[in-house]
Amino acid sequence: MVATYWYLALGAVVFALGTFGLLVRRNPLVMFMCVELMLNAVSVTFVALARQMGDLGGQISVLFVLVVAAAEAVVGLAIVVAVMRRRPGATADDVSSLSG
Amino acid sequence: MAVAVFSVCAVIIVAGALGVIIFRNPVHSALSLVASLFGVAVLFLTLDAHFLGVVQVVVYAGAIVVLFLFVIMLLGVDRAESLRTEPIGGQRPVALAVGVGVLVLALLFMVGFDGLGVRQGDFPALDSCTGLPVGASESPLALECPDGTEQASNIRQIAAGVFGDYVWAFQLTGLLLTISVVGAVALARRPRRQPDGAEQAH
Repeated sequence: MVATYWYLALGAVVFALGTFGLLVRRNPLVMFMCVELMLNAVSVTFVALARQMGDLGGQISVLFVLVVAAAEAVVGLAIVVAVMRRRPGATADDVSSLSG
Repeated sequence: MAVAVFSVCAVIIVAGALGVIIFRNPVHSALSLVASLFGVAVLFLTLDAHFLGVVQVVVYAGAIVVLFLFVIMLLGVDRAESLRTEPIGGQRPVALAVGVGVLVLALLFMVGFDGLGVRQGDFPALDSCTGLPVGASESPLALECPDGTEQASNIRQIAAGVFGDYVWAFQLTGLLLTISVVGAVALARRPRRQPDGAEQAH
């Protein structure tokens, strides 16, 4: 059985990678993907600690995180579609104002 | 065996995460994200979270990434982004510093976390049936277990939790999903044209 340390370290590495990507990339879609990466890193941490503690609450939390991630992706992508339709090829730098 | 599975999955996950950041084409990034998510799903299986492993594949790889790909293809934003230009001076070093800082903080927290110093045997003995400490009999998790002869599956335990202790949160997620669907339709709808053909004011 792999020690819980390794799962937490992996989660930390993936979370840091997601943070870096979120700050570096300018395509809004890729930025969303980096957010998903960060959510997944936290999910790994939750499940690993759920096993360590023998508490099922961690797994149920991940279930709710999954639902929130789905809702976030839906609304975020709808915003991206709305922005892109108005200004094709927009990057995150171009969306400086929310005035339709 | 478990170490080998974990190692392979960790390599796939980290490589996928790197691919999301490095690939210039968003489609390639999305495919790389799928690889990373699959690795996480396998890790869930190794952690005895069978239900979450399946849900991870179905929801993330099956729904969310497909949604990403639909948006990429429909909008035609699969132009390669030039990674050479740096719009804000010094953005990359700062981002790298923030990323490394997050990593160091997370690792420091991990080392300093008391619960990890405790070996698994130091926790109260768990009932093999309910997954709860022995003696906590007043639990919805003990629904289907006749005197420990049959072990409750992971799915059954999660169901008992979701529809027991967490039922209000579960109901609220339904509300959240409904609101997000309505919001997505309202946002992505084409703006209604005026009768004289003039587009709405920007």
